[in-house]
Amino acid sequence: MTGVGVGLLLQLGLGALAVMSALTAAPSLRSRAGGILCTLIAVAGFLTGLAALLGATGGLPIPIALPMDPLLLAPDRLGGLFMLIVSGVGILVSLYSMSSTRGPDASRTAWVAMPVFLVGMQLVPAATDSVSFLLAWEVMTLGSTVLLLADHASRATVASAGIWYSAMSQLSFFFILAGFAVLAAATNGTSFTDLQTIEPGGASANVAFVLFLLGFGGKAELVPLHVWVPRVLPEAPSHVSAAMSGAMVKIGVYGGLLVCVRLLPDGPAWWGITIMLVGGASALYGILQASVSSDLKVLLAYSTTENMGLVFLGLGASMLLRGSGATAAADAALVAALLLAVSHAAFKSTLFLGAGAIIHATGERNLDRLGGLGARMPVTAAAFGIASLGAAAIPITSGFVAEWMLLQSLIHGGRRDGAVVSVATSVAMPLAVAVIALTAGLALLTFVKAYGIAFLARPRSEEAADAREVPPLMQLALALGALFVLALGLLPGPIAALVAGTVSSDPTAAVRSVGLGGVALPGIGAMLDPIMLVVLSALIAVPVVASIIVSAHRHPHRTIDLPWGGGGSRARPRMQYTATSYAEPLVRVFDDVLKPSRDVQVTHVAESRYLVERVRVEQRVSDVFETRLYRPALNLFQRYGIVVRHVANGSIHRYLSYSFVALLIVLIVVSL
Amino acid sequence: MNNAVTAIIIALVQVVLFVFLAPLLIGVIRQVRARIEGRAGAGIWQPWRDVRKLLAKNPVRAADSSWMLRAGPVALMVSSLLLCVLLPLVGTIPFPSIPSDLFVIVSVMLIGVVALALVGLDGGTAFGGMGSSRHMTVAALVEPTLLLAVYALSIPAGTSTISAIVETRLFSPEVIISPVSVLALVALSIAIMAETGRLPIDNPGTHLELTMLHEAMTLEASGRDLAWLEVGSWLKLAALLGLVSNLVLPWGVVTDFSTLGLLIGVVSIAVKVLVLGVLLSVGEIFLAKVRLFQVPELLAGSFALAFLAVTASYLVA
Amino acid sequence: MSFLRLASLIRHGARIAEPAPPAPPLFEGAQVFGGSVQVRFINAGGCNDCALEVSAAFGPVYDVERYGVRLVPSPRHADVLLIVGSVTRNMAEPLRRTIAATPTPRFVIAVGDCALSGGVFQAGYGITGPVSDFVHVDIEVPGSPPEPADIVRALRRMTGR
Repeated sequence: MTGVGVGLLLQLGLGALAVMSALTAAPSLRSRAGGILCTLIAVAGFLTGLAALLGATGGLPIPIALPMDPLLLAPDRLGGLFMLIVSGVGILVSLYSMSSTRGPDASRTAWVAMPVFLVGMQLVPAATDSVSFLLAWEVMTLGSTVLLLADHASRATVASAGIWYSAMSQLSFFFILAGFAVLAAATNGTSFTDLQTIEPGGASANVAFVLFLLGFGGKAELVPLHVWVPRVLPEAPSHVSAAMSGAMVKIGVYGGLLVCVRLLPDGPAWWGITIMLVGGASALYGILQASVSSDLKVLLAYSTTENMGLVFLGLGASMLLRGSGATAAADAALVAALLLAVSHAAFKSTLFLGAGAIIHATGERNLDRLGGLGARMPVTAAAFGIASLGAAAIPITSGFVAEWMLLQSLIHGGRRDGAVVSVATSVAMPLAVAVIALTAGLALLTFVKAYGIAFLARPRSEEAADAREVPPLMQLALALGALFVLALGLLPGPIAALVAGTVSSDPTAAVRSVGLGGVALPGIGAMLDPIMLVVLSALIAVPVVASIIVSAHRHPHRTIDLPWGGGGSRARPRMQYTATSYAEPLVRVFDDVLKPSRDVQVTHVAESRYLVERVRVEQRVSDVFETRLYRPALNLFQRYGIVVRHVANGSIHRYLSYSFVALLIVLIVVSL
Repeated sequence: MNNAVTAIIIALVQVVLFVFLAPLLIGVIRQVRARIEGRAGAGIWQPWRDVRKLLAKNPVRAADSSWMLRAGPVALMVSSLLLCVLLPLVGTIPFPSIPSDLFVIVSVMLIGVVALALVGLDGGTAFGGMGSSRHMTVAALVEPTLLLAVYALSIPAGTSTISAIVETRLFSPEVIISPVSVLALVALSIAIMAETGRLPIDNPGTHLELTMLHEAMTLEASGRDLAWLEVGSWLKLAALLGLVSNLVLPWGVVTDFSTLGLLIGVVSIAVKVLVLGVLLSVGEIFLAKVRLFQVPELLAGSFALAFLAVTASYLVA
Repeated sequence: MSFLRLASLIRHGARIAEPAPPAPPLFEGAQVFGGSVQVRFINAGGCNDCALEVSAAFGPVYDVERYGVRLVPSPRHADVLLIVGSVTRNMAEPLRRTIAATPTPRFVIAVGDCALSGGVFQAGYGITGPVSDFVHVDIEVPGSPPEPADIVRALRRMTGR
């Protein structure tokens, strides 16, 4: 057995051990033991994924009793990359959960589900046939559902989130299953090597593509299948949200890549255009909802939709460009999509863990009641800040490199050798650039709001004022996450070269590492060297900082108790701008899309209508897709259900007559 | 002399020149405005005096303000200085391994935008937050115009490196007056006005907190903190005006290094920036600040121009 | 107004500002400002006549801005506090906070008799006292109200221009 096989076996064995330990360990030891074992599972996955990414082959055949080939788990390079992403997030989450879990989050059920979830996620990218893929997929979904429901007894919202999640993930599963069924029927096989022999552009390929897009799009939180996200990610315990958003969603991306790159490459142009449209719409809608949200975890959840939208936008662009023959730009777009996925795993899991730390310290996730946490929780603030920069795509973080590469590929994709590639690209590329630019701008606002309102200024509630830094293990996980974000941003060259190897036959033609970890796109003629940029900024900062030191020595500052509030004594913390007010201009600008509902209640003084005792303003932004698409559909189903209930009313006579009629019909059909 | 050395010399010259030029530009803008208003004006060196005095004061900081109030202004300053290094202002010879890439430059500018917005929030007052919120809203809506406008300009050059774009326009001037380029330049100018807080988007001379965007964020800063915020914003304006002037009139910019060429480059960019500043100031006399919620319409208009420019350059040219 | 007309106006001087009178001596200690003075205006409870005169001083005719003086929206930016009116009970605390919020070195100019002594409102029930009860006044500008030229002269002693 090869190293990869041993690694896969080790993950399964450690998973079983973790389940056993969760079932038997004393409650006081459960979190510690579970956390350590889950960390080991993730480390095993990390090493296995790294080996597969670097080109190690081999696998783990699992014989089954059914009359077909044994299941084979053998990750290729792309699978290795995603195993690496998933288990990297797994390491952070496991370390964090050791000290973050308490109460129902640390129950026996939750700790049984955790390793099941991790192992399921890590094995999906290792699958080489549709059966083992679907099995691992279901294990992952099952584990995450149970984890989500940990706190269902005390909060009704968790139960509702659980129903949405189960329904939506089973819908995804159904579509994926149907997609594999269509492919398997057309090719007479279940392994991926059989499936990819399908004739491209045929009817069954088209049907399978749509089914897969619906299935994987649902897991990757794309519009309009994202409705579970703003319910589930905020309600799950924070380490589970981090794992779901940082890792599980990437499995949806892996599915998309598996279909578009491996199983059904060279599809017609409308495939790429469809994916670009869905991705672009998701990116814009996700970030718009995130930017107006005042609930920190809802904000992060919607921002996940945005990031996945960008990943799929890159994937779609690469398909469209490859179809048009702009190979260099297509390769760059695909690598950019993968880098976005990698960097999203790093910054979004750190952000969710940071949100968890805030909830741990204050019990609040409503930004309007936070503030001033920077001085009280410095490590959390630093990690959250760095990850926010990543999410806002500011240099020198991972998010910037990925978006830079995506934009480069788009603006160079419209032309090849000075000639216009096609009308479709001439319109699609500028539109895509505009979508990414608006998304990036709104992401900037979103994360300035999230960081600024939560960590700067003055505390807006007692809970925020009394916040204390979280335990060391949680700090360690946060710091590691932030470190990943910076490392990916500072050394994009080697990482991009490694990533390019998973999807391109000639990776050095697409992406090259130059200088001190910089990245170059030889086919396009663009390069980026973040370390040089840092050195340059440092050189520039030297005179500025020197003059500050001199000035601070000569003219020391004075601290006074209040910020300038117009001289009044009423400049109280609750008069500060809140997250809701911060997003108010945007709500007004985009009110056609967001459809905010506002409720103003004025209470007058009893003696006079001219005097106001208090004013209460409430503003809600609902999800348009939920209210306009899902609610009507659900109502329709409900009405249909009520009608159908009359058919099955429990009367034995009626049921007997049904069987009789059915028998009659069968006899008539047979006799024809 | 090899490219690296000349690039470093030009970068040094650009930084020193613009640190000197930016306060002068603001002085000229204010002086022209004062003269048109019938005033005598404080003289073109007044911004210099203001900065010198601010550095000699003892700053006041609120007990609840964090390190952001100290670090934010420095970040804005460094981001603006980086703009002066990376943009092709005096010469188009780029730094080895840091070409003046469009997206890198925009992101470097965004660092300053974010720093300023965070400084505004850090004070913990209503006005600071309000300024910060409006500033970020405008920045978010400007972003598509900014990128698409430069994207349109980059198509004839075939690269997103701004120094190469300027060089292309220098060597084939017919590109400058093509309809695509004019559309893109108009869009870019509106985006830059919005980004630097000029009329009609923001009124740099206002004393009323409710009408402020940029000023409202600096209400809490004093002494050297305020000095860096002011100089950082001035530098940004000067550098972006320099970029526009080099895109419209690229002549004088250094492409092959020589001492005489460098001198011509320095003088020409200084003249171009100051003339553009005078035009800006005269233009602002005719403008009133638009309502905040009409700004998105203005920006949507400029976005339409930029989009038209890009698609036109693909489909028509 | 056509552009040409505007240009000729600029050239031939549609200048409203009156010629500058000779500069008064520099106030002792104001050298540190080096010709740049930012002013925060505070109406501590006057009848607005002094405020109108201050407004006139900053208008185009007297044009105190030509000497390097500028009104600012926050005391954090200010070097000089220009206070008019006798201090009312409601304005006493805001005045104290404004003084505390101004970075040093700073100077205080009290404008008008009300600010200097309480003026006609001296014995009013809502008055807590003249400005000098709260902060050391560096330059006094008497008058009820003083002429804009006097206010300009006081401010010019700060800039030294």
